[in-house]
Amino acid sequence: MSVILGVILIRGGHLIDPAAQVEGLKDVVLRDGRVAEIAEPGKSSLGKGKAGPDLQIIDAKGLTVAPGLVDIHVHLREPGQGHKETIATGTAAAAAGGFTSVAAMPNTTPTNDTPEITRWMQAPERGASVRVFPIGAATRAIKGDVLNDYAALKSAGAVAVTDDGHPILRDSIMREVLINATRQGLSVIQHAEDTRLTGGCSMNAGSTAFRLGLRGMPQEAEYGLVERDIRLVTELSMNGKGDKNGHRPHLHVAHTSTAQAVAAVRQARRNGLRVTCEVAPHHFLLTEEHVGAYDTNAKMNPPLRSVADRDAMIQGILDGVVDAIATDHAPHATHEKEVEFERAPNGITGLESALGLSLRWLHQEWKLPLSRVLSLLSAQPAALLGLRGRGTLAVGSFADVVVFDPKAEWVFRAKDSRSKSKNTPFDGWTMQGRVRWTISEGRVVYAMPSAV
Amino acid sequence: MPLNSPAPQRVLTTPAILTPPEPFSAGSLLSSRELTPEAVSAILTLATQLETEDPLKRAARLAKRRIALLFYESSTRTRTSFELAAKGLGADTTLVSSLSSSIEKGETLKDTGLTLKALGAEAIILRHPNSGAPWLLERETRLPVLNAGDGMHEHPSQALLDLRAMLAHLRPGETTVTAETLAGVTVAITGDILHSRVARSNMLLLPKLGARVVLCGPKELLPEIAAQAGPGIAFERNFEKALAEAQVVMMLRIQAERLAGLQLDLEEYKSRYQLTEMRLAAFAPKALVMHPGPIIRGLELTGEVADGPQSLILEQVHHGVAIRMALVYRALTAGVGA
Repeated sequence: MSVILGVILIRGGHLIDPAAQVEGLKDVVLRDGRVAEIAEPGKSSLGKGKAGPDLQIIDAKGLTVAPGLVDIHVHLREPGQGHKETIATGTAAAAAGGFTSVAAMPNTTPTNDTPEITRWMQAPERGASVRVFPIGAATRAIKGDVLNDYAALKSAGAVAVTDDGHPILRDSIMREVLINATRQGLSVIQHAEDTRLTGGCSMNAGSTAFRLGLRGMPQEAEYGLVERDIRLVTELSMNGKGDKNGHRPHLHVAHTSTAQAVAAVRQARRNGLRVTCEVAPHHFLLTEEHVGAYDTNAKMNPPLRSVADRDAMIQGILDGVVDAIATDHAPHATHEKEVEFERAPNGITGLESALGLSLRWLHQEWKLPLSRVLSLLSAQPAALLGLRGRGTLAVGSFADVVVFDPKAEWVFRAKDSRSKSKNTPFDGWTMQGRVRWTISEGRVVYAMPSAV
Repeated sequence: MPLNSPAPQRVLTTPAILTPPEPFSAGSLLSSRELTPEAVSAILTLATQLETEDPLKRAARLAKRRIALLFYESSTRTRTSFELAAKGLGADTTLVSSLSSSIEKGETLKDTGLTLKALGAEAIILRHPNSGAPWLLERETRLPVLNAGDGMHEHPSQALLDLRAMLAHLRPGETTVTAETLAGVTVAITGDILHSRVARSNMLLLPKLGARVVLCGPKELLPEIAAQAGPGIAFERNFEKALAEAQVVMMLRIQAERLAGLQLDLEEYKSRYQLTEMRLAAFAPKALVMHPGPIIRGLELTGEVADGPQSLILEQVHHGVAIRMALVYRALTAGVGA
């Protein structure tokens, strides 16, 4: 770092660091962009501390201090779609939501096929508030034909490869992608949708789609591809031996939405495969009925599913088969969503509502321990993409911190969002837990506006 | 990562499902779903009143009021009868169709609607290839909207005119309807139900008045989940069994324009589902034969059946004008809701 950063003392907060298995009242000292000390209250080298030009003190009494959140599935829309979101606005929204690391999908314009674009996305000129980890396109222009250069993408900073939104259907190509990514130690993320079964479809197949006169995407389009991918991973894992360097393929299933897909992942893990999955808040909270009167903010891909599917997402989170909560933050301009349901683009924003919804429902309502919720939002996603020094506040880690009031109830208003787009079905929903400060690599990147 | 088996399922409270908002305007008709038996009764009474009224007096009812017909799809019956209905009430109508307007230049439904409103339209009659388009138009313009067919979704004015045609034969002389009026009546809706907005509007409307609806067709055109669309809907693959139960047989056209790559063996279809004189005589000799049109003679039904004594097809068309007069009048006089 060329900039000399000051020191931050976070004083008197309740630290929850699931990865380090630390939970209790602690003072946290951040120095030079790293976690310098974790100490009993008042016992750090700074003592009680005295704020000054070189020391910022954050009074976290009554608040929870946790590793900055990690979202491994966001669409920041740059390069090329700046009218929806920019890296600056998307990461500002991330900071407001408590996220300090976001993994950015490659379906930009142009797609992220090259080390040049990967570097461009991380350049200081983008004005990012938090760390952006680009995910490279698995194939050129995400067309599913020619593989990109994974070594070059990785050296430029890509943390995984995917053709998100344009799933890799051909077995031979998916096999090549898995082999080459494994060779580079990269994860393969699949948006599991057999698009041969979903042409012209705009919501989940079922009685609601019939009633609304909309063509439905069958559940099979998702779990069929997950099962196919798991078969390929099984073959390539060579009974756990992996390739000649001992690397085993890692398949990560993006935004899992069907009960059968979660079951397939569960079985794959029992069989000892490196298969992980994420679930988005809308898939553990909403169902196809929320489409209501053709609400385009309830249109995303994968679509909102049946009650049984939604319940399977909750169950998968509670029992541990789900590895991460990821938002699939997908901003679209108002005019793009203000159209006929079938013509509206897929996707909703999610960075500013994920923590509030997770605490409100997973923790408060469904009694998942706070440390487990935070782990699903930080330690586990960081681990599954191999983001070293993220998702934990162990000494020496990056100084990525979220400080929030776990008791605060508040109402989320789309109009107050820092994202450039306001396409969310959670406008007006009650949230639990309010972010007070977000610190990215030792810099305060979000502070809750003080009450007027 | 922990590798756990599924924990025992427990009952969880989940976020409430919000009921879809009612139409903003009391004068709108977007779906059969929103009609109560009382509302249907009022529409039928009004239709008869307007139909029998002195034409000059009738033409004063909406004299010089402005109504826009916004048609994104072709139409003969619906467009003409809505237009005649509005003009019969004295209103000025203007037709905007997708092929001769700025829609061709990419103007959105929202902007087209707002433009019509700025030109003084007080209600919009919309036909559109996308399901749900009338909700969008109503939300953005806050004008009363009459759904004249949206995608594969609904065509509620057709269901009302079908009902009126049916009642004229089954319940002659009755001027009002209740939730029991059609008790004991079975209506077999047959054919391309998956793609049919007429089928959806009828299967939602008729059971509200006591009728039983039996859906009939091959699995490609009739998914089993269709029977879950609402109460009073049953399901029968065998056409002859469905005919034997029915007092009314409603035939539907195969919507080639919406098949979306679906391959259908038409000879097989005809052998199982075509309404022929022989089938009619053998299984439903007294049933009323209906069809929303356009009919394809020799496909879903034979020409002889279409022109035969049991056919109500042209009567249905005739009832369209009275029903649509009632709907247009209601649209401009029902007042705007909250």
